[in-house]
Amino acid sequence: MTHVLAAGTNTDSIAVESVFWILAVLSVLAALAMILVPRAVHCALMLAVVMLCLATMYAMQGAPFLAFVQIIVYTGAVLMLFLFVLMLIGISSSDSIVETIKGQRLAAGLVSIGLLILLILGIGHAAIGPDTLSKTAAGTDNLSGIATLIFTTYVFPFEVTGALLITAAVGAMVLAHRERATPRPTQRELAARRVASGHLAPDPPPGVYALHDSADRPALLPDGTTSELSVSSALSPRDPAGEPRFVPADETLEITAESGEWEPAPSGRADS
Amino acid sequence: MTPVHYVALSVILFVIGGVGVLVRRNAIVVFMCIELMLNACNLAFVAFASMHGNLDGQVIAFFVMVVAAAEVVVGLAILMAIYRARRSASVDDANLLKW
Repeated sequence: MTHVLAAGTNTDSIAVESVFWILAVLSVLAALAMILVPRAVHCALMLAVVMLCLATMYAMQGAPFLAFVQIIVYTGAVLMLFLFVLMLIGISSSDSIVETIKGQRLAAGLVSIGLLILLILGIGHAAIGPDTLSKTAAGTDNLSGIATLIFTTYVFPFEVTGALLITAAVGAMVLAHRERATPRPTQRELAARRVASGHLAPDPPPGVYALHDSADRPALLPDGTTSELSVSSALSPRDPAGEPRFVPADETLEITAESGEWEPAPSGRADS
Repeated sequence: MTPVHYVALSVILFVIGGVGVLVRRNAIVVFMCIELMLNACNLAFVAFASMHGNLDGQVIAFFVMVVAAAEVVVGLAILMAIYRARRSASVDDANLLKW
């Protein structure tokens, strides 16, 4: 890292040039993968790759403070926030492949190609000079230079930023708050509900007397059937279609000794 | 490396992010693409700062990061509220205001 920081102002360095091209190709590929992969978690990981590449580029361009802020704030905090919300909303949420608006992707591609040409032409016409950042501004004085600018020239935007952050925090709390529609049940009501439900004892835990000890395996009852009560209701919808985990009570199961798997008795219907 | 390379890279990343915003249907992925566009802008700011030889561009990039963090917090909270109401994170399902 220090080597890259030190070489950042040396425009003739072959090492800096090769690092730039490697990072540029890597970040563009990761960005393309980000809009192409269907699953949101993979998108987040690709975005992390892009952000880390950009952080290294900041360090190469004489902005070590921004490089570390990029890693700590963006990759560390913002992306983790994305992942938290992904876990809450559903890790398996992926995009549908079908276009909801006809010709939307083609139109989006054409518009983006137009935007790319426009921006590249703009860059071509602009007079972008060589790197002129002084070694002191890029090196040890970077942090103090940025602090001087923030607390002198940009002190008003800085304070507005503070107000913005407080507003955002309050807004997030208001949006995430949920009023209780019904009063909280008391212990007496809970006890009465339990007695009325007919199940006084807790549900049997999964895996007890079963062949596997994973939580999505139902417990095996003494008569050879499985108990649906023993598996959390949140698990069964996630189970991919395939082997039925719950065997109705009128089917008897026998366990084959060699495979250890459940086999239906000849009278039962096939369950695969 | 001259700053024009960095600006060109930031243009490419910005356009890729824009395509993602237009094409993707999952609201979280749309947010991530917006973050990609903001990052591309930051790269251009840092490149211009090193071109002009002062630190103003870096300070602006820092402010962009702060605003992006605030935007993500509020946006994800809205997303959570929509998900709680409609059980979906797709941008197609939040269509009550559609005429």
